[in-house]
This record gives sequence, C-alpha cells and structure tokens, in this order.
Amino acid sequence: MPRARFALAVGSAALLALAGCGTAADKKSDTKPDAFGCTADKLPTLAKGKLTFGTDNPVYGPWFVDNKPESGQGFESAVAYAVADKLGFPKDQVVWTRVTFNAAIAPGPKAYDIDINEFSITEDRKKAVDFSTGYYDVKQTVIALKSSKIAGATSIAALKGAKLGAQVGTTSYKAITDVIKPTDKPGVYNNNDDAKAALANGTLDGLVVDLPTAFYMTGAEIKDSVIVGQLPPLPGVQQEQFGLVLDKGSKLTGCVSQAVDQLRSNGKLAELAKQWLAGADGARELS
Amino acid sequence: MTYQPSELQLERVAYKRSRAVRSVLIAAASTAVLGTVLVVAVTGSPGWQKVKETFLDLDTARSSLPAILDGLVLNLWLLLFCALGALALGLLVAVVKTLRGAVFFPVRALATAYTYGFRGMPLIIVLYVLCYGVPGLRFSWTPPVVVLGGIAIVVTYAAYIAEVFRAGIESVHPSQRAAARSLGLTYWQTMRHIVLPQAVRRVTPALLNDLVALQKDVGLVSIAGVIDAVRAAQIEVATSYNFTPYIIAGLIFVLLAIPLIAVTDWVTLRAARRQSAGGTS
Repeated sequence: MPRARFALAVGSAALLALAGCGTAADKKSDTKPDAFGCTADKLPTLAKGKLTFGTDNPVYGPWFVDNKPESGQGFESAVAYAVADKLGFPKDQVVWTRVTFNAAIAPGPKAYDIDINEFSITEDRKKAVDFSTGYYDVKQTVIALKSSKIAGATSIAALKGAKLGAQVGTTSYKAITDVIKPTDKPGVYNNNDDAKAALANGTLDGLVVDLPTAFYMTGAEIKDSVIVGQLPPLPGVQQEQFGLVLDKGSKLTGCVSQAVDQLRSNGKLAELAKQWLAGADGARELS
Repeated sequence: MTYQPSELQLERVAYKRSRAVRSVLIAAASTAVLGTVLVVAVTGSPGWQKVKETFLDLDTARSSLPAILDGLVLNLWLLLFCALGALALGLLVAVVKTLRGAVFFPVRALATAYTYGFRGMPLIIVLYVLCYGVPGLRFSWTPPVVVLGGIAIVVTYAAYIAEVFRAGIESVHPSQRAAARSLGLTYWQTMRHIVLPQAVRRVTPALLNDLVALQKDVGLVSIAGVIDAVRAAQIEVATSYNFTPYIIAGLIFVLLAIPLIAVTDWVTLRAARRQSAGGTS
C-alpha cells in the first residue's frame, strides 16, 4: 500500500511537472515527503496514527492564542499544524500534551513526539535533545515602561546601569549576562507573567524577551510600555533560531527537519510569520 | 571489696558479645546484598548511560559550581537574618499570647489571628504578595525585593516558631510561676528569669528542626527574581540541558544541613536524658 502511494505520488508529481504550469513547483514540494518516506503510516510516533505535540503550560501570545495550542491560532500552533500536515497528519490526528521545561529535556521516555515552545537551538543543548532545523529567526529585544530611565536608550552601553530581567532558562537571560553585561545583577523569573509583573511594578527597569513577544507585550499586555531596541546575537552565534525539540536520536528528526525546510522554501513559514507576528520588524537595533 | 563477676555473668557477657558480632555481620551482609542489587538494577538499566551523562556529568558539575556557590551566598545571608528575625518575632508573639488580663485582649487576639493566618498561608503566596505587591505601591522607600522576600519568610516562620515557644512556656509548671510571684518577682521578671529559660531549653530541638526547614525554604525568594543556589543551578541546567547542577546544589544543601541536624539530634538526646534521669542532672 505505501509503495502504491509512493508510485502514485511520483507519478502525479511528474505529470504536474510535465504539464509545466506555474504552480508545478509548489505542488511538487507538497508531495515531497512521500519521496523521502516520511508518511504518517511509516513514522514511529508515540500513538499510532497520531502526532503528539508537547508544549508548556501556560503558553503565551503571539506564539499561541489564549493558552490553547490545539486551536491552530498563534504562530507556533500554526507551524505545528503545518509540520504535521507535511508529515501526513491532518488536523484531527494531531494531539497536544503539556510538558514542563524540565520534563521536556529530561532523559527517559518523552510524552511528546515533537515539542514546540520557543526553544533556541544551541550546540550545548544539542547534546541532550534533537532539534529540527530552525523555523524562526529570533532577535532578543529590550522593553521598558515609558517612564523608565532606559525607555529612550539607543545603545547597549546605555543599558549597563539598568536593572534588567528575563525568564529563567531563556536565551533572553543569556543576552543580558553575555551581551549587555549590566552592573546590577539581572532579575530571573519563573515565567513571563512574573517578569511582566516585576516590570509593571517598577522592580525592573527593563525586560528582555524575543522580538515578537516584545511586540505582543508592549502592544497588548503592559500599559504604557515601549520597545527600547533589539540586541545583537549572543557571542559566537550567527543567528539565533527556534527549533522543534525531539527526543535525542528520535527517528522523526530527519523527517521533521525536511518538513520545516520545505515550509521555509515554499514560503509557508514566512506567510505564517506575517500572519501572526505582524509588525515584528522595524524595532531599533542597539549596538 | 572489689567487684568480681561470677562465672555466669562472664558467660552472659560473652554470649551478648557474640550476639552483637553476629548481628553486625548480618546487617553488613544484608546491606551489601541490597546495595549490590540496587547498583546492578540501576546501572544495568537500558537508560543508565543516558541518565549518568545527564545527572552525573563531571564537566558540567565543574562548570556550574562557581555559579551555584555564588547563589549560595544569598541563601546563607537570608538564613542568618531570617532565622534571627523569625526567632525574635516568634518569641514576641508567644509572650504576647500568654499575657493575662482583659486589657490585653486586642493584642492577644491579634497574635492568635497572626499565628492562625500565617501557619495556614502557603509561603509562596506570602512571597508573591510582598515581593510583587509592595513594590507596586511605589513608595519612595520600597526596600529591595530580596528584603521583602526575607520579611515574607520571617513572618511565615515566626508563626510556627511562636507556637513552639508557646508550647514551651505552657509546659512550665504553674507552681513555678506562683512560687516566683510569691517571692515578689514581677510578671516580666518571672518570665525572664524563671519561665523562658526552662521553656526555651525544652523546645530547642523543635526550634532547630524549624531552622533546618528554614534553610531550605529561604531559596524560595528566587520567585522574586533574585538568584539563589537552586535558581543558579536551574539556569545552568537550562543552558546545557544537563541536570547535574541540580545534584550539585542538592549535595551542597545536604552538607550545610548535616551540622544543624547533628546538633538537633545531640540536643534532643541530651534533653531526653536529662528529663528521664530524674534529678541526676
């Protein structure tokens, strides 16, 4: 049966290519997973015929909407369903499970096939888990209240004397300690809700988050707040990227990476980013 | 006349010794068997290699140690100040609760409400209210969040400690109080010279136990954003996706607790001996 489908896929792709119409390239890439053997029925997922995505609880906008990953709303939810679709899992065969950060990276059986939760790809982390190729290029960004002394800062040097904060375990925290290197010790919070509260009540002068989160927080969540500017990448890093997390040595990693690559090359990722992370360009770059 | 153990007594001693040797040997053997079974079961498990790399990685341990020790400084300062603060406030509340007379009703009621409220309230919620709520008031004199966190710990632990002190105070027999008053000592003199010294001695083991608990709980101020030893370990874990820093932090806390626990045991033993010895002390 899989073989027959494979033949059919190749056949139809060839036909479309022969037809030579303008959309042939797109159609062809849509059928590509079959050519690599990455079909739903062949993938050794946790639950047969289902693809299990893991993510934290709570999850935040603009990555997810209303803490409901299963809605398909929000960038990461949309990416998850797009990847699932590439691998041959329609929406009703995608299930979600909530996995805390520590559980996501611990050795031992994973409760998910793929975890999506703004995990930045680093060499150190690759020793413990598998990452797909990056699905989003991320920049760290400083936000502050309009009344803050750093609200008008135009350089990293101007941030050195500020009390800055970030969520624990994030590259945002690393950006404070390794890029800004402030004189005051940074505040480290359990989650972004605590960090937002600390910013709003004046404990922090500035909060470091990724750029889309910065737009979401300043636009919708924290009154009278502004984006101060974007930070350069961490030392020794060309471009920070978010990747999907899989169990170390997972048999799915190759297929998931191919799916992400195709979504990137056919413009789907850019389209989703435009839809959900709109306006995420144009913040001042700090240097 | 010198003591000459009888034949029978010598036999008894010898028998007792042989039984002691035998039980030590059996204990050693069974411990060895259990230990071997555990070691074989754990190291022979299919995931052992992975778990070993993730939880017992020497390189990660070495690289995370400075950050953890840096965070530990905060734990130690907090432990010192919170312990002193909680003991002082607890003692005060306990004494207030023992005040007699209608005129003291309001302070007694306040003290009772306080011990009821703060023994029930989860520490983490007190921390949230103080560390996030108080700065929100935007007074010009708002102390740093770590001080507010320390205050949260003090008021929570003082509520427990007050009850321990009160139990101690009430365990002093009323006749002692009556005798002191009949000698002409005032209420405060009786408290200071007769009641409290006995009360404190009786509850020392319980107080030390509270201190051991306090030592672990001071780290909860990390929810306010400050970095203690456990939070430092958490940051290291998130950087490397390796859990070894947690093990290191855990071991350091055990090492810190051992002296305190040992003192607690020693004090408990001494108190028990003194109380059951019936006037030989």
